Amino acid sequence: MTAPEEPLHRRLGLQDDEYDRIVETLGRDPRPAELAMYGAMWSEHCSYKSSKIHLKTLPTEGPAVLVGPGQDAGAVDIGDGMAAVFKMESHSHPSAIEPYQGAATGVGGIVRDIISMGARPVALLDPLMFGPLTAERNRWLFEGVVAGIGGYGNCIGVPTVGGEIHFAGPHSQNPTVDVMCVGIARADKLATSQSLTANAGSLMVLYGAATGRDGIGGVSVLASATLDASSEESRPAVQIGDPFAEKLLIEASLELIDRGLLEGLQDLGGAGITCAVSESAARAGMGAHLDLDAVPLREAGMAAFEILTSESQERMLAIVHPSRLADVEAVCARWGLTTAVIAELVEGGGLRVTLGGELVAEVPARSLVDEGPEYDRPMAPPDATAMSSASNDPALLPFDKDVREAFFSVLTSPNIASKRWVFEQYDSIVQGQTVAGAGSDAALVRVPDSLKAIALSSDGKGRYGALDPYLGAAHAVAEAARNVAATGATPLAITNCLNFGNPERPLVMWQFSESIRGMRDACLAFETPVTGGNVSFYNESSGSAIWPTPVIGMLGLLNDHRLRVPTGFPRPGLAVYLLGETFAELGGSEFAEAVLGVVAGQPPRLDLDAEAALLRFLQAAAAETLLASGHDCGDGGIGIALAESAIEGAHGFAVTVPGDLPAHVALFSESASRAIVSVAPEHEVRLTALAADHGVPLSRIGETGGPRVLFDGLFDTTVDELREAYETAIPRLLGEPV
Amino acid sequence: MSDGAPRIGVITFPGSLDDRDAQRAVTFMGGDAVALWHADPDLRGVDAVVLPGGFSYGDYLRCGAIARFAAVMDEVRAFAERGGPVLGICNGFQILCESGLLPGALIRNRSLRFICRDVFLRVETSQSVVTSELTAGETVEIPVKHGEGQFVAREDELRRIEDEALVVFRYASADGATGDAQNPNGSIDHIAGIRNARGNVVGLMPHPEHAVDPDVGPTGGQPLFASLLAAAMAGAGA
Amino acid sequence: MRCSFEVLVSLKPGLSDPQGKAVASALPALGWTNVSGVRVGKHIALEVEAADEAAARAQVEEMAVRLLSNPVIEEFRILEAEEA
Repeated sequence: MTAPEEPLHRRLGLQDDEYDRIVETLGRDPRPAELAMYGAMWSEHCSYKSSKIHLKTLPTEGPAVLVGPGQDAGAVDIGDGMAAVFKMESHSHPSAIEPYQGAATGVGGIVRDIISMGARPVALLDPLMFGPLTAERNRWLFEGVVAGIGGYGNCIGVPTVGGEIHFAGPHSQNPTVDVMCVGIARADKLATSQSLTANAGSLMVLYGAATGRDGIGGVSVLASATLDASSEESRPAVQIGDPFAEKLLIEASLELIDRGLLEGLQDLGGAGITCAVSESAARAGMGAHLDLDAVPLREAGMAAFEILTSESQERMLAIVHPSRLADVEAVCARWGLTTAVIAELVEGGGLRVTLGGELVAEVPARSLVDEGPEYDRPMAPPDATAMSSASNDPALLPFDKDVREAFFSVLTSPNIASKRWVFEQYDSIVQGQTVAGAGSDAALVRVPDSLKAIALSSDGKGRYGALDPYLGAAHAVAEAARNVAATGATPLAITNCLNFGNPERPLVMWQFSESIRGMRDACLAFETPVTGGNVSFYNESSGSAIWPTPVIGMLGLLNDHRLRVPTGFPRPGLAVYLLGETFAELGGSEFAEAVLGVVAGQPPRLDLDAEAALLRFLQAAAAETLLASGHDCGDGGIGIALAESAIEGAHGFAVTVPGDLPAHVALFSESASRAIVSVAPEHEVRLTALAADHGVPLSRIGETGGPRVLFDGLFDTTVDELREAYETAIPRLLGEPV
Repeated sequence: MSDGAPRIGVITFPGSLDDRDAQRAVTFMGGDAVALWHADPDLRGVDAVVLPGGFSYGDYLRCGAIARFAAVMDEVRAFAERGGPVLGICNGFQILCESGLLPGALIRNRSLRFICRDVFLRVETSQSVVTSELTAGETVEIPVKHGEGQFVAREDELRRIEDEALVVFRYASADGATGDAQNPNGSIDHIAGIRNARGNVVGLMPHPEHAVDPDVGPTGGQPLFASLLAAAMAGAGA
Repeated sequence: MRCSFEVLVSLKPGLSDPQGKAVASALPALGWTNVSGVRVGKHIALEVEAADEAAARAQVEEMAVRLLSNPVIEEFRILEAEEA
C-alpha cells in the first residue's frame, strides 16, 4: 500500500501534523512502540477524529437514558430497576476480506461491548448490505457473512432475532456488515466508568485468550483507509473467532460482576491492550504501569508494539482490588480461562510500559484517549445535475406494463423477498425469551421473569440517503420507530452505525453532516435520544463509495408483551385500514429500482409531526387492544405491506387501493408515516375516534379473508402464490433447489 | 421449590447454551430444576438428568466428543444403568451417542447449514421416558436448531435400531407423513430421536425445552417434560 | 524422544459425507468432470514425548480410538512419525 521508505509514523497511519503533536505532547521524539500506540488510538476508527464535531450535535439526553455516548454501550431504564444496554458496530472492512471470520469476529466484539457494561447479552441483530446476488463474488460474501454470524452467534447462546438485508450496486466492492447487541442488567450493577472505585494499587487483570500476532493493525487500520487491489495482502490481519472462548468469557464476566469482585471492566477491541489499559487508567484519572512480560502470548518473540496493538479476540481486562485477586482468578479458572495481572494503576497520569525489564513507552494515558486530533473536514454538496433533482421523478416516467407483473417483480426483488434463507441459519430462540423474531416489524424479547418485552428494530435507507442524505437518515429513524410502535411498543432511544465513504472527500463529509442533521431532527421529534454508536468511514474502493447509510438501531419497551400486535392478518373477517396518506412519491422507491431500473428522484417527504402522531396512535391503539395486526408500510408501498401481512398471517384479503393516483403509483408509492392495520368489526368505531384524536388520517380499504388475495380492479392472486414467490426468490438467486 | 416435585438435574458443560432454558422448562412444568456442573462427579440425588443443548467445548473436535469424558458422565452412566431417566437434547444427544449410551452418531446437516425452525415430530413409541404421556402416531411441534443433526448409523446398527423399535421420534408433517421435505437435516429414516432398549435413556435433536411456554413458541414439548417428570416421580434411578 | 504425528480422520466408507458431497458437486462446475470418491476429513497434527517411537505410536493409536475419532462412524490413519 505505502512505499516502505516512508517515515514510520506515516506507515502507521499518522499524518505529519499528528506526529508533530505527539512530539509536542512528549517533549521529545517518540519511541517506535509509542508511535504504534498513537497510530492505533488516533486512527479514525478509535478516535472519531473526523466525525466528533458532528456527533456532538446529536441529542443524547432523555428521561430513560442511564448511560449515553462515550461508554462501551448505551443504557436505558426499562423500569423495575432494570436496564437495557445496546450498541451497534460495523465490521464491514474485515468482512470484505474474509466474510466468515470478519462477520464472526464482529459478533464477538459487539457482545464484549455489552458484557463490559455488566449486562447479559440477550439479543443480536445484523443489518447487512451486499452487491447484487447476480455476481458470484457477492454471493460468496453474502453466504460467508451469514454463515459467520451464525457460526459465532449460535455458539455463544445469544439469539439473533433480527436485522435487515439490502442489495445495491455500490456495496459490491464494499459490503456493509453491522452488528448490534442488546443486553439486560440490573441498573445498579451497570459497570460504567462512573461506578469505578479504582485506586492506585488496583490491578489490571487480562483474562481470556492469549495474545497473538494476528490482527496487528487490524480493525483500526483496516477501518481507517480505503480498500484497494492490494487488500488481499491484508489477509494476515484477519482475526479468527473462537466463540467457545467467548461463551466462557460471558459466563465468567457476569459471575465476576454479579459477585461484586470488580472495580471496572473493559473489553479489548480495536487497538487492543493499548486502548483497554489507557482508557481504564484515563477514566480513573490515573496512570498505569503495564508489564508486557506478563501478557500470555500465543507466539514467542513478539515485539512490544505487536503486543500493545494486537487485536486478538476473546480477551477482557478487569480492574481488580488486590484483595479480590484470588477470587477473580478462581472464577476464571472455573470457566477454564487463564488470567494474568498485566498492569497496576498508579498516581499521576503516566502510562509506563516495560518489556524484558526495559522501558518501551511512557506517555500520558489521557493523550492517547482524550487528546487525539479532531478535524472539521471540508464539505461540499453534490453538483446540481445530481440524480435527485425533481425532474427525475420516477412518478413522471411512462408506465404501461401490467400492474400484476410489476407487483410480483417488486415482491421478489431481493430487497423485499423473504430472508428466511438467512434467518433460519441463526438460532433465534436460545434463552427462551423470543416473543417475536424475524417476520415481525420489530423483534420482541421478553425481560426474564416479567411481562415486559424490549422491542428492537434496525433500519437503514441507503437508496434514500443516496438521493438526499438528510432525508435518508430521518427516514431511517422514522422507520425504526414505526417498526417498534407497530408492535405496540414505545420507542425509547437509538444506537447507530454510520456507514460512509472516505471522509477526506468533501462530498462524503457533506453527506455525513446532512445525515447527522436528519438523525438529529428525527430523534428530537420522536424523543428517542442517541445513546452511542459507531462510525464506519472509508467504505469505498477506487473512488466509488457506498451510499451514505446511517443504520439506526431502535430500542423500545412493551410493558406487557401479551398486548403485542402481530404483523400478519390473524383471521378472516377483519377490517383492513390504511393509516396515513399516500402521495405520488416513487423517488428512490423499490418499484423505481426493481421495475423501472432507476434510483432517482426525491425520497418521500417526511412530516416529523405526522410521524410522531402515528407512533403515539399505534401505541394507544395497541394498549386498548384494538388492533388484530399492524405492519409498517415501507419499501414497496401498500401493495407489499398488504402482501407481507397476508403471508405472515396466512390469511388473504380483498382491498380497494384508495385515492385518485394511477394504480402503480398508489400501489408502490413509499409515502412516509403509514401503516396497515386489521381490526375486528366491533372496534372500528373506537379506532376511528382514536385516530381522529391523534390527528392520524385513516381509510378503510377492505377486509381480510381466506386463501384469496384481491386488489379490486387491478388483479387477484392467492396467499399461496404470494408465499411461493416471496419465499423462493433468494434461494433461486443462490442457485438452490426450491 | 414445591414439596414432592420431582428433582430434575440439568448438567452445564463448558459451552452448554440451553441449560438455563431446560431448567426453566422443568420449572414451568412443575418440576424442581437442579443445576449440575460437569466437573462435579455428583448428581445431587436428582430423579432424572437432562443433558442440554449447546456447543460443549465448541464442538471443535466432534460434537460431544470431549464432554463425554466429563467427571459427571461416570455418574450419568451409572444412573442410566440403574434405570434412571436420562434425556439428551441436541448437543446432549450427541454426548449420549459419543458415550455409547445410545447407538449411532450425528453428522453435519445435509444442507451443510445450521437450521433453526419449528418442525413436527411423529411419536413412534410411548415406551420411553419422554413419550409415556403420548401415543404412537401422534405429532408434536418442536423447534430444531443445529448444524450437525443428521442421524447416521452403520447398516447393521440401523437394522437393530429399527428392529428393536428404538426410534422414538421421526421428522414428519403435522399429520404424521414422513418425507424429504419434512426432514430438516437428512437424517436416515427421518430419525429425530432414539432410546435405549430399556427406554430410560432418550436423545433427540429437537428442543422440547423451547416448546413449553406458549408465549415464546409452540407447546409440543409439554408432553415430553410431563412424561419425564412422571418417570422421575416413579423413582427408577434411586 | 519427541515424535510428531499426523492423524487423518474420515467418515467410514458408505456413510453419508455431506461435505464431501458438496465438494464433489462443485468440482464439475469448475470444469473437472473426471473426479469421484471425494471425502472430507480432519487432519490433526500432534507431538508426543515418549521413550521410543513405538511407544509414542501406540499412544497415538489409543488417543485416536478414544478421542480423536468416533469409531461408530469414523476411521483414522496415522501418518509416519518423524522425530520433532
